Amino acid sequence: MSPNLRIAVRFLFAKKRSMLMSLAGIIFGVGFFISTQAQLSGYQELFINTILGTDGAIRIEDRIQDTNVFVSAPTSEGANTNFFVSDRENRRFVEGIEHPESVIEAAMQLQNVEAASPVIKGTIQLQSPLRKDSGQVFGINVDQHIAVSSLEDRIQIGSIAEFRAAPMGIIMGHKMASRLDVTVGDSVIVRAIDQQRRVTIVAIYETGVSEIDKTRVFMHMSATRSLLKKPHGVSFIQVSVFDRDHAIVDALAIENMALHFSAPWQEREKSWMQLFTTLKLSAAITVSTIIIVSGLGMFSTLFMIVMDKTREIAILRSMGYTRNDISNIFLWQGFIVLVCGAILGCGMGALITFGISKLPMPLSGIFATDYFVVRSTVWHYLQAVSAAVVIVMIASLAPARWASRLIPGDVIRGTAT
Amino acid sequence: MSSGDEREIALECRDLHKHLGEGETRVHVLRGVNLKLYRGEVSAIVGPSGCGKSTLLYLLGLLDRQDSGSIIVQGEEAPPDKEGDHTRIRGDHIGFVFQFHFLLPEFSAAENVMLPMRKLGRMSQEEMEKRASSLLSDVGLGEKTHRLPSQLSGGEQQRVAIARSLANMPSVLLADEPTGNLDVKNSLMVFESLTRLAKEKGQAVLIVTHNPDLAEKCDRILRMQDGQFID
Repeated sequence: MSPNLRIAVRFLFAKKRSMLMSLAGIIFGVGFFISTQAQLSGYQELFINTILGTDGAIRIEDRIQDTNVFVSAPTSEGANTNFFVSDRENRRFVEGIEHPESVIEAAMQLQNVEAASPVIKGTIQLQSPLRKDSGQVFGINVDQHIAVSSLEDRIQIGSIAEFRAAPMGIIMGHKMASRLDVTVGDSVIVRAIDQQRRVTIVAIYETGVSEIDKTRVFMHMSATRSLLKKPHGVSFIQVSVFDRDHAIVDALAIENMALHFSAPWQEREKSWMQLFTTLKLSAAITVSTIIIVSGLGMFSTLFMIVMDKTREIAILRSMGYTRNDISNIFLWQGFIVLVCGAILGCGMGALITFGISKLPMPLSGIFATDYFVVRSTVWHYLQAVSAAVVIVMIASLAPARWASRLIPGDVIRGTAT
Repeated sequence: MSSGDEREIALECRDLHKHLGEGETRVHVLRGVNLKLYRGEVSAIVGPSGCGKSTLLYLLGLLDRQDSGSIIVQGEEAPPDKEGDHTRIRGDHIGFVFQFHFLLPEFSAAENVMLPMRKLGRMSQEEMEKRASSLLSDVGLGEKTHRLPSQLSGGEQQRVAIARSLANMPSVLLADEPTGNLDVKNSLMVFESLTRLAKEKGQAVLIVTHNPDLAEKCDRILRMQDGQFID
């Protein structure tokens, strides 16, 4: 052990009560930082998984009208020139996708695209023996759609196999089923414009997203085409990808290749993502105040040690200890508290996070869960420790510098300021 | 100030000037002090309060900076503006004993004695322990090496401070009122320890004291008045 570290440890133990208070603050600060970030990240992750499972990573929708304008103009020398001008700001859209096969073929050329499913969407009225409700029908090719969504996993009653075997079967959200007071095996009448069909409920799903569960009904593509009188084209194509973080780039590529508006999940859910980021930042700032307060405590404790130890500092200087040695003695004290606080704080954070994940917390609305959702990453630990490092180092630096600047002659003579 | 013989000079100062205070309160404390300290000789500086005794001692110990003049320790001139050199020379060649022991209360007597050795880093842990124990035995505290300063009397604490000042075998020992805080019996014991060990180990000792009886026991008495030696 170096002489400076040895002295630092002894000085630290001489003020152990004050230092323990600072240490406790750092432990709690780091621990709470990790656990709050884990909770918010958990809910954010659940939300992302829910939207990826329901609406896909990318949604290809309306066709973009060609905005390239052919321009012919003379040069300054009088020669003719021809060129195209693209006006992206004022581009217009034509509703729906006329040739979904060619768009899917273009999208599937991208390495990150996993699968694509064409969907016809329309507004419908549903009538059960007792009640009426409005909703949206999603006409799907079942095998294609389960490859781009978590529909199969979300089915609570019935099964995809039953849906596959029933040409006039539908899959209904559990909230809509509850409002219509129907269950699997019941039949309802579906109306759209001037068409109506009697269909059988073959499965009931729950995504946890209220808006989906109370409005969305899945039917076979052919039955939906007939109901909505849309013999050609589709409303949109739902795309799943291997790397969800790359979806923005893929959507742009699809848009340029297929000339159809493509929305990645990050853009569609931008406001929710911003909300989660804001909440995480807010929680980080709030919890960091605990570390800041403990840093202030540590700052005052170290200053007290310096004030108490001016004579000892002077005598150490007279023995050949340099200004740097004196400074290091106080920085070591901060470092020891920091290391202990960071290690114990990380342990506490892991324990709190684990404990919270076992707490029941039934929740639905924008996602469904029965327990607190947590997701710890190494980044949370690094962020918490970094916050502690910055605060503790700032708290230690000023006393260390002050101690190192004491002039031993002045201290011993009693004229030090 | 010396007899001008062939004895080895441990420390020398030439034409040392020092002012203290600022503005109207600025005082010319040392006015061209010249001094040579020889190995194996015990010198005492006596004089009225405020004559510059302690200021001279701190300058010689490189704890403070002179306004002009030079200080040479073991043949090496200590440049007034190079603090790193001052610290190194202090660690290598100078030992201090102050009026108050200034022991680190968190460390035992032996650990206090080992502090300068640890900084110098020339000895192993075992060698340091052995030397600390030997030095403490020399000052009559061989049985109390593991006691904390709070478990020792004032005289014993000051004797630990003497042992600590000798830890790195300095060529010069500077003592500022080493017995000023002790009763007669302890004063004699501390003074005896200080001078005996210094003589045995061939160190130059300079003691600032108000005690004429102790000064009389030294090899040389340097009388100071108004920032100058008057003999």
